[in-house]
Amino acid sequence: MKRLLALVLALTVVAGPALAVLPEEQLKDPVLEARARHLSKELRCVVCQNQTIDDSDAPLAADLRAILRERLVAGDSDKQAKAYLVQRYGDFVLLKPPINPATLFLWFGPALLLLGGGFGVWRYWRGRSVAAPAPLDPEEQARLKALLSETS
Amino acid sequence: MRRLAFIVPVIVFLGIAAVLAVGLGRDPKILPSMLIGKPLPTFNLPDVRAGTGGRGLASADFHGKPGLINVFASWCVSCRIEHPFLMRLKAEGVSIHGLNWKDKGDAGARWLTRFGDPYDRVGYDPTGRTGINLGVTGAPETFVIDSKGVVRYRYVGPITPEVWATTLKPLLDKLEAEA
Repeated sequence: MKRLLALVLALTVVAGPALAVLPEEQLKDPVLEARARHLSKELRCVVCQNQTIDDSDAPLAADLRAILRERLVAGDSDKQAKAYLVQRYGDFVLLKPPINPATLFLWFGPALLLLGGGFGVWRYWRGRSVAAPAPLDPEEQARLKALLSETS
Repeated sequence: MRRLAFIVPVIVFLGIAAVLAVGLGRDPKILPSMLIGKPLPTFNLPDVRAGTGGRGLASADFHGKPGLINVFASWCVSCRIEHPFLMRLKAEGVSIHGLNWKDKGDAGARWLTRFGDPYDRVGYDPTGRTGINLGVTGAPETFVIDSKGVVRYRYVGPITPEVWATTLKPLLDKLEAEA
């Protein structure tokens, strides 16, 4: 029983997730195929939108994988192959959005907010230390002395 | 200065809240079309229906007057929902062209025979490549093309009487007047 359990556990370690990319889709040239796999991990499936076209089983994702491979075989660079799909489906297909005027806030907004918030906190703390209490005048010191002697 | 320290975070918060509120109202499933304002990509497809002389749908057909392209498929459930309304539009004399997208064999033709054929011309796109060139993400989708062959609007999902009355019909009338 223990042995069986160990075997099952060992098998779960070596078992990879099921691939959406079917063997017949793959290119014969291992270099091109590796590029295609790498690229398809950066491209979003337009049907099931939180999956890459590499992961997705949607028929349209399979079509896009095929198109991607065709472009690479035709001699496109990685950039050109991506641009081919962006031309049809927009920046949305890129899982990593490009930096352009429309995405400036997306890329730099969090840093800006952090800086702004940090500045606010800094101002707040500095304001507090500046407003340190003024030293006691002689009259107050006398009262303090009286109070202290009372308690002791 | 004290007031500013209060007002700035409130304004920043309201700004972010407004952006997020607008985002909540949008359907993230609907991708904006890249073709709006651009000419139709070139295509020349055969007809999926038998006995029409093989003359299907071509991008060159969209010249001289505005037109509609409705992307449909026999496997598409929403197309069934949309279909009766397309038949009604046909009865009213509206010309709609069909793009039979990613259908196998004569499945599209049989679908039209069985439920009725609301289309003027029908292009057969079994590989789905023409659809992909149009940026189609699913069926049904409807494109409005102006008289110069430029894509002016894309509607995702089944056309409802409301969408027709408030969006598509007014746009077609406007394009008709421009032509």
